[in-house]
Amino acid sequence: MQNSFDDIMEKLDNHELWDFPGGVFPAERKTLSNQTPIEKLAIPARLYVTVKQHIGVEGQIIVDVGQKVLKGQALTKSMNPFAVPIHAPTSGEIAAIHKHVSAHPSGFPELTIEISTDQEEKWTKLYPLIDYQNQPKLQILTAICDAGISGMGGAGFPTHIKSSPKKDIDFLIINGIECEPYITSDDRLMREHAWQIRQGIDILCHLLKPKHVLIGIENNKPEAIEALQVACRENTNYRVCIIPTKYPAGGEKQLIQVLTNREVPAQGLPVDVGVIMHNVGTCFAIADAIFSGKPLIERVVTVTGEAIENPGNIWALIGTPVSDLMAHCNYEQKGQKRPNIIMGGPMMGFSVTSDLVPVVKTTNCILAPTDNEIAGNNEQPCIRCSACADVCPASLLPQQLFWHSKAKELDKAQDYNLFDCIECGACAYVCPSEIPLVHYYRIAKSEIRVEQEDKQKSDKARDRFEKREARLIAEQQARDEKHRLAAQARKQAMASNGNTAKDKIAAALARAKAKKQNASTVHEKPIDPAAAVALVENSVQEVKTEGADTSTKVASSNQRVQAAIARAKAKKASAEVTIAQTELKDKVDAGDVIENKREVKQQDNDIESVSKQPSEAKMKEQGDVNHSHHTADISLQHQKPVKTDNKQLKITAALVRAKAKREAQKNPSSYDALNPEPEANVNAQKNPSSYDAPNPEPEANVDAQKNPSSYDALNPEPEANVDAQKNPSSYDALNPEPEANVNSPQTNISEELAKTEEQQSDIKRRRITVAVAKAKAKKAAQIEAISKEDKPS
Amino acid sequence: MTLGVAILTALLAIGLLALIFGVVLGFAAVKFKVESDPLVEQIDQILPQTQCGQCGYPGCKPYAEAIANGDEINKCPPGGDITIKKLADLMGVEPTSLDAAHGQEDIKKIAYIREDECIGCTKCIQACPVDAILGAAKQMHTVIADECTGCDLCVDPCPVDCIDMLPVANSTSSWRWDIDAIPIKQIG
Repeated sequence: MQNSFDDIMEKLDNHELWDFPGGVFPAERKTLSNQTPIEKLAIPARLYVTVKQHIGVEGQIIVDVGQKVLKGQALTKSMNPFAVPIHAPTSGEIAAIHKHVSAHPSGFPELTIEISTDQEEKWTKLYPLIDYQNQPKLQILTAICDAGISGMGGAGFPTHIKSSPKKDIDFLIINGIECEPYITSDDRLMREHAWQIRQGIDILCHLLKPKHVLIGIENNKPEAIEALQVACRENTNYRVCIIPTKYPAGGEKQLIQVLTNREVPAQGLPVDVGVIMHNVGTCFAIADAIFSGKPLIERVVTVTGEAIENPGNIWALIGTPVSDLMAHCNYEQKGQKRPNIIMGGPMMGFSVTSDLVPVVKTTNCILAPTDNEIAGNNEQPCIRCSACADVCPASLLPQQLFWHSKAKELDKAQDYNLFDCIECGACAYVCPSEIPLVHYYRIAKSEIRVEQEDKQKSDKARDRFEKREARLIAEQQARDEKHRLAAQARKQAMASNGNTAKDKIAAALARAKAKKQNASTVHEKPIDPAAAVALVENSVQEVKTEGADTSTKVASSNQRVQAAIARAKAKKASAEVTIAQTELKDKVDAGDVIENKREVKQQDNDIESVSKQPSEAKMKEQGDVNHSHHTADISLQHQKPVKTDNKQLKITAALVRAKAKREAQKNPSSYDALNPEPEANVNAQKNPSSYDAPNPEPEANVDAQKNPSSYDALNPEPEANVDAQKNPSSYDALNPEPEANVNSPQTNISEELAKTEEQQSDIKRRRITVAVAKAKAKKAAQIEAISKEDKPS
Repeated sequence: MTLGVAILTALLAIGLLALIFGVVLGFAAVKFKVESDPLVEQIDQILPQTQCGQCGYPGCKPYAEAIANGDEINKCPPGGDITIKKLADLMGVEPTSLDAAHGQEDIKKIAYIREDECIGCTKCIQACPVDAILGAAKQMHTVIADECTGCDLCVDPCPVDCIDMLPVANSTSSWRWDIDAIPIKQIG
């Protein structure tokens, strides 16, 4: 199908070439800038090195703001085959890493490393690969990649990827066409550095092993042709081909067609037809990278246009802002109503949005034309003259593409092979209606790309949505199954243990009944609230009396048991009263135990409890009544009478503990840890003889209290006061453990102690009242609950 | 006589053919049965898959099914006029303007969690129809920007209002060419 290598060589030997369809002949205007040698630009004060300057992905930044960098030092690291690093174009300091206006038609800010130069040009250490012929290919490719070389002709494709094809190569074509008007950077480079370009070709030949090398140069650059012919004279395998000047002969596909008559398939690559093409600038950079180890940090830029006083070619460091180039060449804005600077050529370039747009690796030209050179927007309707179709080098139908692009009929535009358009601008150039056709195509292309991205995203979203739905359904099924199994297990357990459970309930009910009976013997049935209050007071009185009794320290265990029974009775009685007090009941029914969490206290004037009073009173004063760590305290001492000489010590300790608690309330999580352990230690130190822990395993009770409804109310033991304990941790405090009494080695707080002792009795009384009332309410609720259960049974 | 034979032959031939075709078609109907409604799939392909529920259905697929069953095609604000146009083409009806009752077409947004304010309640995670929010109980949550469809469903459940819907930033890759870039003049 395609021309064989021999046919092509035969034709080339006869100095014959093929042609590509279409093409235009714009005024070249190259003499503006190609008359003078390439100049060196003074190092700009600031360089803006865009992180991503090629097709592919950006590298990873490996420098920090403020860091000193040397000329040629890598700023990013290649993490991906398609990532190409960038390098510091000169020595200096990283001034910023931020988003800066980009060398893109949109001018959108892109990530840029800003370097404040120090004008010293201190090079980093370079690693040339002079004996590259003896090195493995991979190492040469790595060196090319590490030097940050990407195609310098325009697209910026990473060179190391292009240089490692999987297929055999017939032709390596070196593109020195530079067909766009005004631009002369490759021309000057070929004239001045033909030898180094040839060195670059040598390296590429070593890598690619092509059968033949074709160097294509347009016939409007006789000096460049001569220079390269001289440079390549000894090598018979290299052939300089003189191409007739026609725009866009420098297009990759067009040049391949001209030289080989092979056509690159749509969405294919030149390698598909056995051709690899590199730009002369890329060859120059490859030679730099291999023979001197220099990364790609500068390039030739043509600064031209009639609005510029001294047009010419300049070696510009990558990252040089356009403003520096314009200043160097005396941009005077003459003949321009508004400043207009074009990056690239007049056919394919774009107007820059700011004069701080930096030079990137693909920038070949900065054009400042007068308004006469570039016309305004005079778009007229399409007259269907088909002049555009005649000049299209890709043999497309530009007018159809225009029609569909304008109407946003993107599907139809794609049917007319929109993506084979190389955006050369030939159609727009010949259009008598001055329709900016290429822009319509670009808009359509970008819209199609965005649409494709959206489509991909929506497909992903659909997929994720469906997977999530499936997962939720599966989870729900798993839950249902689990519940079903659990219910089954419960039923079985009920069936097998039914008797014992019933026994337990019966026993509990019996206990409750006995209690009720007991209570009702004390107080018959006071119903109204006033009486209830009286009763509460009554019971408090009783409690107090008992407390007084016990404080005489002759409290034998018998007496205390009696006292407790009496108390319980009193409570029960008042509890019955409060059945009528619906609001309290409601509280309990609703499970609202916040209030009840507070201490429900039966005081028997033990020294212990006395010592606890001030601390809790303090807490109350803080208003922190709802806190879950509030102690619900039953401080009945029914184990051992505590000795009087402990009293002072204990009060002190209690104060300390109160403080600790206050701390703990601020930081509840530390509370549990804070409480028992240090106390135990102190106890051992302070009071070893008299302080015998009567209840060595208080924590054992904790778990039993998780269910308030089955709580001690049913327990005939009177000291187990009603307490809605939701929180097992606060139950620790509830336990009548003597350890909790003596706290801390601190003893020098007797002043505080004196004050608080005065308050003790009052506070205590109040607290008792409140606590008892609450306890009664709770109890009442429980009794009611029990009796409800009782009746049906 | 010959006429009768001819008629009989014709009837037999036609009957035989009918029988053969009937068997073939019956077999094909069983063998190549289409499981789901292809129309629903086609509609679902057109819908933007934000799963936002603004149409009143719990996701794009249910709305696709509803459209296939005759519901209006103009209830999808994220899809906007383009989607309506495509649906109209597919369904063979006239394109109508977006039903304002279901919201307005808006610029593309994605959710962003102000992470220092997040309390780790997981409510937004449960609300997200595409699992685009990452996090665990009492841990900070964050939105996977690439996966977010901008459906807005996570904003309301947040108890501390730490989720913003931010417009998707323009980038050079998503930029559409400006028609007023550079006009070309005939230079020669």
